[in-house]
Amino acid sequence: MIRIGFLFAALLMLTAAREPILVPEVSQHEIQVQQGFTGTNLLLFGAVLDPAGTRAARGYDIVVVLKGPTEAVRIREKSRIGGIWVNADSTDFRSAPSFFAVAASRPVKDIVDDRTAAIYELGNDYIQLSPSGTINPEEQVRFTSGLVDLKRRKGLYKEDMHGVKLSGGVLYQARIALPSSVQTGTYTAETFAISDGRVVSSAIAKVDVRKVGFERFIEVFAQIWSFWYGLLAVALSTAMGWIAGRLFAMG
Amino acid sequence: MDVYLPIANLSVNGLVIVLLGALTGVLSGLFGVGGGFLTTPLMIFYGIPPTVAAASATTQVTGASVSGVIAHSRRGGVDYQMGGVTVVGGVLGTGLGALLFNFLESVGQIDTAINILYVVLLGTIGTLMAKESWGAIKANRSGEGRPRAAKRRHHPLVASLPLRWRFYRSGLYISPLAPLLLGMFVGILTMLMGVGGGFILVPAMLYILGMSAGVVVGTSLFNVMFVTMVSTMMHALTTKAVDIVLAALLLLGSVSGAQLGSMLAQKAKPESLRFILAAIVLLIALRMLYGLSVRPDEIFTVIPL
Repeated sequence: MIRIGFLFAALLMLTAAREPILVPEVSQHEIQVQQGFTGTNLLLFGAVLDPAGTRAARGYDIVVVLKGPTEAVRIREKSRIGGIWVNADSTDFRSAPSFFAVAASRPVKDIVDDRTAAIYELGNDYIQLSPSGTINPEEQVRFTSGLVDLKRRKGLYKEDMHGVKLSGGVLYQARIALPSSVQTGTYTAETFAISDGRVVSSAIAKVDVRKVGFERFIEVFAQIWSFWYGLLAVALSTAMGWIAGRLFAMG
Repeated sequence: MDVYLPIANLSVNGLVIVLLGALTGVLSGLFGVGGGFLTTPLMIFYGIPPTVAAASATTQVTGASVSGVIAHSRRGGVDYQMGGVTVVGGVLGTGLGALLFNFLESVGQIDTAINILYVVLLGTIGTLMAKESWGAIKANRSGEGRPRAAKRRHHPLVASLPLRWRFYRSGLYISPLAPLLLGMFVGILTMLMGVGGGFILVPAMLYILGMSAGVVVGTSLFNVMFVTMVSTMMHALTTKAVDIVLAALLLLGSVSGAQLGSMLAQKAKPESLRFILAAIVLLIALRMLYGLSVRPDEIFTVIPL
């Protein structure tokens, strides 16, 4: 009896040091972009379990990061030269995510320190853009905030510091809206369980955003058979103009 | 009515685009201008990526000019010989324009170049047209006939060019080099600005070449039709930014608008029409000038590499 009690205590001590178990899920693993697509709401949800599995995990904060495919971009900055506004400075980033959304159960700055937030990219200020070429830090900050601000106003970068709802300390859910202008590709939804300023557990789910049907056909057609696509466009416009001309001539 | 544009990668209100096309169509039927100088900026303002807007506007202008050319040719208002010469120049010009576009884009000054071009060209042409048409309107009001014979004379520089052809419908005996160079210049602008170039061609045909007013609009549309066909192909092959769904929506509006416009054109006095066009052109030039001189809303722009 004493031995069993001892074993149980040992097990508890052992598991208390172990990470909580994250079971993430997304409402859609595939988002189909086709006629009538005006954007969509993605529900990221799941459970965070104490390893013993007997009770709800306590004292955890949840942060979810949804990230779209990255692209290399050039940012140009306008300044006033000779009385008119023209593009002056520019800088290149090798990996700007086309979409970036963070939702947290509490403001990230209350959960973790700057360093941890930067490592796990927990916020618009911490997106790792990989600048190419040499650039002084001050300038880099200016260009980064310019890019983030631009994307934010287009609804492509977003932060919701109260976006994660925790129920009973077990279930969490976050709703993230994707605008119709999202890029196609594989999106990663990463969930972090954070305790005492430390990321104790993380899990990834993937979401595929892709064009289907007619939209996919047009995209491929324009890319691969450009010449015929161009001819089709010319033929379409000529035909429509001609038909209209004939119709009105009769009327 | 939400419509997803597969190349522009976003969803738009289809009705807004059709109406935008209709507006362009009325302008094109009325004045013989493609209206690209109006649709391209408006589409960009609506949130469509600039290259997609310019490329698809080019496609749409083709359709609007086809129905315009049909309407005008029924009335014998197209000088095919003159049009042929400007088209050859236009095709050469689009090639040059594409090279220039790539160069300006690589140095990041394409937007500024386009804006300055708009201000200078539209400003000059608008002012000239406004002055001329206002004079004509005043002359008509006071009852004295316009000195028509004097108006028909072409620019002295045109007369100094070698080689002369007879252009019967235009009522001209001039060097084909003049319309060729004009066509080439307009072709460059088509590629650079995403416009048909009618707003340059019409006044240039009237005041520089001195063509008879009856064939100016039809011949300009004839040129615009072919040059935009070539630049649509150019865009399809290089920028791959022609959105056929967007173009179809614009076309739906513009082909009907063009017919309406050309019917209105027959009822209105030509000098008042020119005055209205001059006013529109000047307004856009002023708006562009304003845009260049005040701090823009967006200091930063992002382009994919």
